[in-house]
Amino acid sequence: MSKITLKVNGSTHTVDVEPATPLLYILRNDLGLQGPRFGCGLGQCGACTVIINGAAVRSCILPASSVKSEITTLEGLSSHGKLHPLQQAWIDEQVPACGFCQNGQIMTAKAMLDKIPHPTDAQIRETMNSTLCRCMTYYSIQTAIKRAAKVLADGRPVSGKEVAA
Amino acid sequence: MTVEEVLLTHRRGFLKSAGMLVVSFAIPGAEGQSSSAAQGSGPYPDPDFRQLDSWIVIHENNTATFYVGKTDCGQGTGTSFRQLMSDELDIAFEQTACIMGSTDKTVDQGGSGGSTAMERDSWPMRRAAAEARRVLLEMGSDRLGTPADQLAVSDAVITVKADPSRRVSYGELIAGKKFNVTLTGANVNAVSGVAKVKPVQELRSTGQSPQRYDIPPKVDGSLKWAVDVRLPGMVHARNVKPLFAGAKLTNIDESSVRNIPGFVRVVSKGNYLAVVCEREEQAIRAARQLKATWEKPAAAPFPASEDLFRYMRAATPTSASSPIVVGNPDAAFSGAAKIIEAEYEVPFQGHTAIAGAHATADPSDGQMTVYSNDMKSYGMRNGVATFLGMPREKVRVVWMEGPQGYGRTAADDAGCEAAWIAREIGRPVRMQWMRDEETAWDTKGPAFVVKMRGGLDSEGRLVAYDYHARSCDYNHVGYNEPDTVLIAQLMGARRAKPASGSAATPSEMYAIPNRRMVGEVVALPMVWETPLRTGNLRDPNGPQSTFAAESFIDELAAAVNADPFEFRMKMLTAGAGDDNGFRRARSIAALKAVAEAYGWDARPSPKSPGNGDVLTGRGIAYSFRGQTVVAQIAEVEVNRKTGHVWAKRLVCAHDCGLVVNPQSLRRAVEGAMLHALSRAIHEEVRFDTEKVTSVDWVSHPTLRHSDVPERMDVVLVNGDPHPNRPDLPPYGAGEAACKPMLAAIANAIHDATGVRLRRVPFRDARVLAALRAAHG
Repeated sequence: MSKITLKVNGSTHTVDVEPATPLLYILRNDLGLQGPRFGCGLGQCGACTVIINGAAVRSCILPASSVKSEITTLEGLSSHGKLHPLQQAWIDEQVPACGFCQNGQIMTAKAMLDKIPHPTDAQIRETMNSTLCRCMTYYSIQTAIKRAAKVLADGRPVSGKEVAA
Repeated sequence: MTVEEVLLTHRRGFLKSAGMLVVSFAIPGAEGQSSSAAQGSGPYPDPDFRQLDSWIVIHENNTATFYVGKTDCGQGTGTSFRQLMSDELDIAFEQTACIMGSTDKTVDQGGSGGSTAMERDSWPMRRAAAEARRVLLEMGSDRLGTPADQLAVSDAVITVKADPSRRVSYGELIAGKKFNVTLTGANVNAVSGVAKVKPVQELRSTGQSPQRYDIPPKVDGSLKWAVDVRLPGMVHARNVKPLFAGAKLTNIDESSVRNIPGFVRVVSKGNYLAVVCEREEQAIRAARQLKATWEKPAAAPFPASEDLFRYMRAATPTSASSPIVVGNPDAAFSGAAKIIEAEYEVPFQGHTAIAGAHATADPSDGQMTVYSNDMKSYGMRNGVATFLGMPREKVRVVWMEGPQGYGRTAADDAGCEAAWIAREIGRPVRMQWMRDEETAWDTKGPAFVVKMRGGLDSEGRLVAYDYHARSCDYNHVGYNEPDTVLIAQLMGARRAKPASGSAATPSEMYAIPNRRMVGEVVALPMVWETPLRTGNLRDPNGPQSTFAAESFIDELAAAVNADPFEFRMKMLTAGAGDDNGFRRARSIAALKAVAEAYGWDARPSPKSPGNGDVLTGRGIAYSFRGQTVVAQIAEVEVNRKTGHVWAKRLVCAHDCGLVVNPQSLRRAVEGAMLHALSRAIHEEVRFDTEKVTSVDWVSHPTLRHSDVPERMDVVLVNGDPHPNRPDLPPYGAGEAACKPMLAAIANAIHDATGVRLRRVPFRDARVLAALRAAHG
């Protein structure tokens, strides 16, 4: 066992675990952040996705000791009590069925929109392709991503670069 | 807060923010010990379905909580129940909340299954709500000194019609008190008060699409799911499954895991083996590291998957249905101008939920509480009690949300496992299956081989029809059976007579003058302890039988150069009679609606293929489930260089009678269509002669974002043609839309390429091989 310090959603936590412990189990079992979920433990489905350094990362196969940067989980997406536009779009489009995978869908979409504010349909399909949903809510997920992209674009100052994109 | 308080507040949403006093259901040993712990420590008598108070509680702030014995597998049924009950009670939808599926809090309506939520189980809820309204109106009449017929009710406020300033709210009348009204009814489905339910025309919220209350906590991360339960002193368990199907556990080397930090115990009985550790990752490591010796069975438990259909054809059936015979099929075949024959194959397909099966069991105070997402929580309570030999009053199941459940999933197994281990070690136990375990060992939809034969007369009419199905479905496991859950099988439980299983016949209303239909069941060599155990999977036999039947109708249409839509319509309109639900007339309406929505142009299939690499085609198929009629059209692109099939557009006409929440229904239908599309193009359980070899999302592919159609249309039809009965009741909607899709895709591929695929799934390699075989 060894002490590992993690910064998650703006707070710092120290836990005493085996260094190889996947980040997912620490988030869920030690920090009580249960937005990320165990789906496969193989990095194949995306249910455990968190965001680190702007990238959607699969926490089920990520040794906690290797994480040096701040981690954002689903619980950290809203700010000042206001849902992120993606979360709101998920409600507006009534996306989830069982909802179990939606953490991964939302977090993967967030990392994508942060990099590509106006994704094409092909970019959405490609970026989201390894984030699985067994209720098959993909069609409304893709609609919700486009809705959120529009809200984000309308709500932020439009830079020349973004217009060109 | 206790787990249940968290659950309640999430479900109540606005109620919490409105400052309402949340009813405290404390769980002994649950996080944040409550002073009222004794309340939850059991025993847990059944809520009495004949007591109005079991269904509805009115609160001081004039809101209501509905308690229903159902679970929600992700179709938003709780929201729909609230709509129907709000309408009957005359309270605004926003003033209500719904509690579902916990055996000590809600009456036993069986949980979920059979797409019966609206069709069957919403009726006693509506009647209870109507009775509550009647009783409240009587109380209001006393309070206001005015006869009930001179009172009006709106949003839970009773007013005197002649003087609306004289008013009293439901909350003022009954909050803090009980109805103490006894309902009648031989069973929960028959529950009724004196009041009658409203005619459809008077329902307000029903038919609207209020947003599902369960969605906001699912997208902000605040919902506590069954996987999220954490109890003081709780430990983590993982199964160690037999290395080979049917293997005998001959030795366990506990020293191989004893040095793992947090190691608690190896538990075992018969061939059941699990490890328990303090922390989750420790249990996962221990399960992988534990050295156990497994002795292979003397004979192979099953053929390899590539030999399955050969095996099924050669096997002696364990049972056969009585043939359904109309007219004289033998004579009609003899006189037919043309006879067409074809055989269709559907492999085993699994639930393969997005997460492994799981449950947490708490043995505190000599009781047993199981936290589970099992869709049949009431069945789990009975199953666990019998399995453990405990009085059922000492067992309760608290239902919480979980990954999708479309039938008999391994959630049943995990519940019994958690409870058994919890009792063995005397501590709360959280059990979860790993990915390979879930994909390999969850229950499977039965494999089918269907032999079809059709006789056409010189006018191109189908005059003789023979459907002969064979399913690999012997020992089909039921729900939460204490002697068929996997842990019981591995411990050596054996039923004297395994369940016979079934092989369904198709569901359509075609007028075919002579037909014979029969379904046979065959068994694999190994019946017990097998990963190839069959159970209900989202319309257990429907996708398989409809794949064969509706593909074959297209083959017949092609044989006589007829348009597939018109060929079907002729057979539907040739019939004169109909049933009580107007299923024939509604089949015609649904087919017309889907063709119109798609923009169907009449022509025979296949169309003449173009020269490019990508060929396009369209296919139609139709079926019904109970009284729910579904017609679908798929438009596909087939890449003849790669064999890749993309369903570019899907259209569904869906008639399930009264629609309670159109938005939820559309989403449920979309999900069902895409689930069936996944089964059509991706899903197959693969195995060698020792074990299942499709064990993750690479070896067992599923539908992905890139497979999704660019357009989907769901047309909600209400095709009841009876002018005097506009209030068609609600029928089921969870499963019907799965049925026609496999055939619609196969028919579209044929239309595009001229090649008929009779074996599911239509993976790239299979399609490419078929194209090459046909075109060189």
